[in-house]
Amino acid sequence: MLGRGGKGRCAVRGLLLAALLGTLALAGCSRQPVNSPYARGAEQENVLYTAFSQRSPKYLDPASSYSADETPFTYSIYEPLYGYEYLARPYRLTPRAAQAITQPAYLDADGKPLPDDAPGESIAFSVYDIPLKHGILFQPHPAFARDADGKYLYWPMKPEQLEGRFAIGDFPATGTRELTAHDYVYAFRRLASPNVVSPIFGVMAEHVAGLREYGERLKRVQARREQAGDASWLDLRKYGFDGVQALDDHTLRVKVIGKYPQFKYWLAMTFTAPVPWEADRFYSQAGMARHNLSLNNWPVGTGPYMLTESIQNRRHVLSRNPNFRGEPYPCAGEDGDRRAGLLRDCGKPTPFIDKIVFSLEKEGVPQLGKFLQGYYDVPEADDSNYGVAMRVAAGDSPEKAELYKDRALQLLTSTEAQIYYLGFNWLDPVVGKGDTPERQEKNRKLRQAISIAFDWEQYISIFLNDQGQAAYGPIPPNIPGYQDLPQGLNPYVYTLKQGRAERRPIEQARKLLAEAGYPDGRDAVTGQPLILHFDSAGGMGSNATVDWMRRQLKALNVELEVRATDYNRFQDKMRRGAAQMFMWGWVADYPDAENFLFLLYGPNAKASHGGENASNYQNPEFDRLFEQMRFLDDGPRKEKLVHDMVAIVQADMPWMFGFFPKSGGAYQAWVRNAKPTQMVRNTLQYLRVDPRLRADSIRKWNTPVWWPLWLVLALALAGVYPAWRVIRRRERATALDGGRP
Amino acid sequence: MISYIARRLVYGALILVGVNLLTFVLFFAVNTPDDMARLAIGGQRVSPEAVEKWKAERGYDKPLFFNPEAQGSQKLTDTIFYARSAPLLAFDFGFSDGGRDIGHEIRRRMIPSLALALPTFALGLFVCVAFALLLVFFKGTPLDFSGVVLCVVLLSISGLFYIIAGQWLFAKVLRWVPYSGYMEGWNSLRFLALPVLVGIVSRLGAESRFYRSLFLEEIHKDYVRTARAKGLPERVVLFGHVLRNAMLPILTGTVSAIPLLFMGSLIAESFFGIPGLGSYTIDAINAQDFSIVRAMVFLGSALYIVGLILADVSYTLFDPRVRFE
Repeated sequence: MLGRGGKGRCAVRGLLLAALLGTLALAGCSRQPVNSPYARGAEQENVLYTAFSQRSPKYLDPASSYSADETPFTYSIYEPLYGYEYLARPYRLTPRAAQAITQPAYLDADGKPLPDDAPGESIAFSVYDIPLKHGILFQPHPAFARDADGKYLYWPMKPEQLEGRFAIGDFPATGTRELTAHDYVYAFRRLASPNVVSPIFGVMAEHVAGLREYGERLKRVQARREQAGDASWLDLRKYGFDGVQALDDHTLRVKVIGKYPQFKYWLAMTFTAPVPWEADRFYSQAGMARHNLSLNNWPVGTGPYMLTESIQNRRHVLSRNPNFRGEPYPCAGEDGDRRAGLLRDCGKPTPFIDKIVFSLEKEGVPQLGKFLQGYYDVPEADDSNYGVAMRVAAGDSPEKAELYKDRALQLLTSTEAQIYYLGFNWLDPVVGKGDTPERQEKNRKLRQAISIAFDWEQYISIFLNDQGQAAYGPIPPNIPGYQDLPQGLNPYVYTLKQGRAERRPIEQARKLLAEAGYPDGRDAVTGQPLILHFDSAGGMGSNATVDWMRRQLKALNVELEVRATDYNRFQDKMRRGAAQMFMWGWVADYPDAENFLFLLYGPNAKASHGGENASNYQNPEFDRLFEQMRFLDDGPRKEKLVHDMVAIVQADMPWMFGFFPKSGGAYQAWVRNAKPTQMVRNTLQYLRVDPRLRADSIRKWNTPVWWPLWLVLALALAGVYPAWRVIRRRERATALDGGRP
Repeated sequence: MISYIARRLVYGALILVGVNLLTFVLFFAVNTPDDMARLAIGGQRVSPEAVEKWKAERGYDKPLFFNPEAQGSQKLTDTIFYARSAPLLAFDFGFSDGGRDIGHEIRRRMIPSLALALPTFALGLFVCVAFALLLVFFKGTPLDFSGVVLCVVLLSISGLFYIIAGQWLFAKVLRWVPYSGYMEGWNSLRFLALPVLVGIVSRLGAESRFYRSLFLEEIHKDYVRTARAKGLPERVVLFGHVLRNAMLPILTGTVSAIPLLFMGSLIAESFFGIPGLGSYTIDAINAQDFSIVRAMVFLGSALYIVGLILADVSYTLFDPRVRFE
């Protein structure tokens, strides 16, 4: 047993030992980064690291996938017939699995051929015969795996055989086969399958001959099977329809109702991507879905990448598809692409990156933090707003601007095929069309006055930090038919000065207001102030945007009242045509002027036909031109019609055209070939990373700061020793000393 | 004692049935199966046929509690409540509304949850008790006063602040740990260091104050005076006598919480990207996945009941006077 002195010496030794160990530990602290979220050396691999927010993609089945967050996966795994040229602007279609972009042959109602220039109304069917590239192989997948006798290894399987298999990697054997036109036929048939929920079936059924009837037929077939208790795989190869056929293994025929030149764009979407029947059969086996084994979780494609790891709400990994043939990197782009180094990889086989790792990042702080530390190469693969947000942040803070510059971050922007507009309800007596010719002219002048008063350039500056472009018409840049200045100027709102658009003076707006019957913002007959109504889908009338709108109208002495409701009520108002002024946006499905001008086509009016013409705009001349334009192929004639239609809506002003938002990507300096876009979705195969630069940068940016540990150690020693002294003194004190508290 | 435990287990089973019923009623009071179907199918895919198909596949096309069209006992059993509740009592969690095996997910996610929760719990308890004893030792001195002020400050600050401040200081400024993420094995240590530290600091204020009060109550008792009178050193008095006698209230809070460690931390797991059961539950709530929510609530209740029984049993270990009659 130790005496007091022995215990004291022991404690001192313990303290010294702790101090020594602490010192040794601190001395061992290196300058190498210790904050990497990946395994050691991961930054030196040819891998792209990015993140996804909120949750894992839900639907990767090409028939069901519709959300933007799913597209980095679906467009990298599947190959639709067509795609968009990565660099070209305006956007241009290019073949992916197809050999070429095919022009359709036209048939009349009797099935007789019609010439290419036949009037659109006379065309009963457009027949697309699309030749496929030869030798395209599916990714390695267990659905194709066979034994030496040619029997499928993983079909049929009993549910017990799935024990412990929750990922596609749990099936050791894989196989492949060549892509054929039958796989596209199968994919079209799946759109109508009662076992698949496809958001696109309704649209496709409108255009593909016989698809709707085929869907009804499949429902009846399935009902009969269910009555008979047959839960086996519904083999769609046994049930066909004429609208989509395989003429041979490498020629696909699609029969489209009437003339619909925009159909080619649907063939660039993954809804029509090929699905091998083997995969459908493989996943349909009992117990597969319950083991998370389905096309929604483990897609099967022919594209540059394949999904090799998928941990729900944690991590997904795309790996290079070893069977991908290596499509060449594009050699042409828009002006400036060569200068930006985007053409350096011209002709080289893609993809360049071996793996793409998507990690869940629910919170913004760690996501941005890791990006700034170099641990994410791109903060979010599907979100093109990150770069915009970072530009805004850099505009607000010189320190951040300096940091981004120091890190050589690429904050690239491009104007997207989107528009945000402020619509006037054509049915409204004050701002709408008007019931008499005199009223119509007065209402038009009122809309013009308001359009002049609303300074959208200021809006873009304040609310978008200049990350947008004021719109002079409904067609965004990079869409065929868009005209830049001076031709594209909206002459009713702007004048052209030295090649720049200048908003007409507010005095002119006041004059127009007076001519509209509201001198100085008051009704010329009743003397009552003019009060306009803005129907808002939120904000309760007090947000900054609405305040800005009020200020714009205040310049005309016009009051603005906000009628704020929730989004459901707002939609209900729009359906009933009860709104007066509203703000809405549109994101293009495909890069064609038709996809914007149909928002103003009379028969698409929301109140009367339930269409997308939210302003309920009606103009017989516009509608007549639209009906001509919709049947035209791209070319000068179509462009002329588009310009004429834009001129009509500029004059009528059913919309204040608002602005085209910019999207912006944020990329590290070592990411090459980046060009932000929301139209081209298969961008990952074109990206390249420089792992050496990344590793060097990470090392430089993440040197740990160890000196506070020394400080903590010193403070601990400084604190512990006096405390130990106090304890010792107290223990030695006697009651008479008064040592005890 | 065995009969006591058996009785408690029977009560626990009844409580579980009640919890299950309550969860069911609360969930379906704010959600209809149609709402769940629409959210699960999502956006443009929603159609009346798709909604009906989704409900039929998951058994949500049946009545909630009573099926008037069924015969005999099936009036009660051919319902959503019965079909979803009966397997739970056998701990068969079934499948999520998204079609995934809940049991598999729980097994997979329990390890990361425990890896975070166990050290946070054990180290946190040790630090809080040690800090409280330290304050008691220095009672009435400026050190005690400063410690109490520190405790009040710490308990006044939201846990979220510690997370954000911790990430800012240790991940951004000092670069000692990653912001978030998780890897298996020993690699997990660098991901867990910060959340564990944040977990300890965020409970330090409230728990140390509580324990300090317990210890202060004890040190005025006769047995402490006796111990001091016979010349025992103060640390022996505190750790050997006071701590043991103040253990019962500490045990009530801590032992009952041990089984709940399996459930993970809802907030910390989400912020630090740890793929445990806490983030699984949060994801399920956001996605309105009733099957997962119900399974997690049921599991949490079961573990809590087990924890309370364990706490009762532990009293006998620390206080020989306690006996179950």
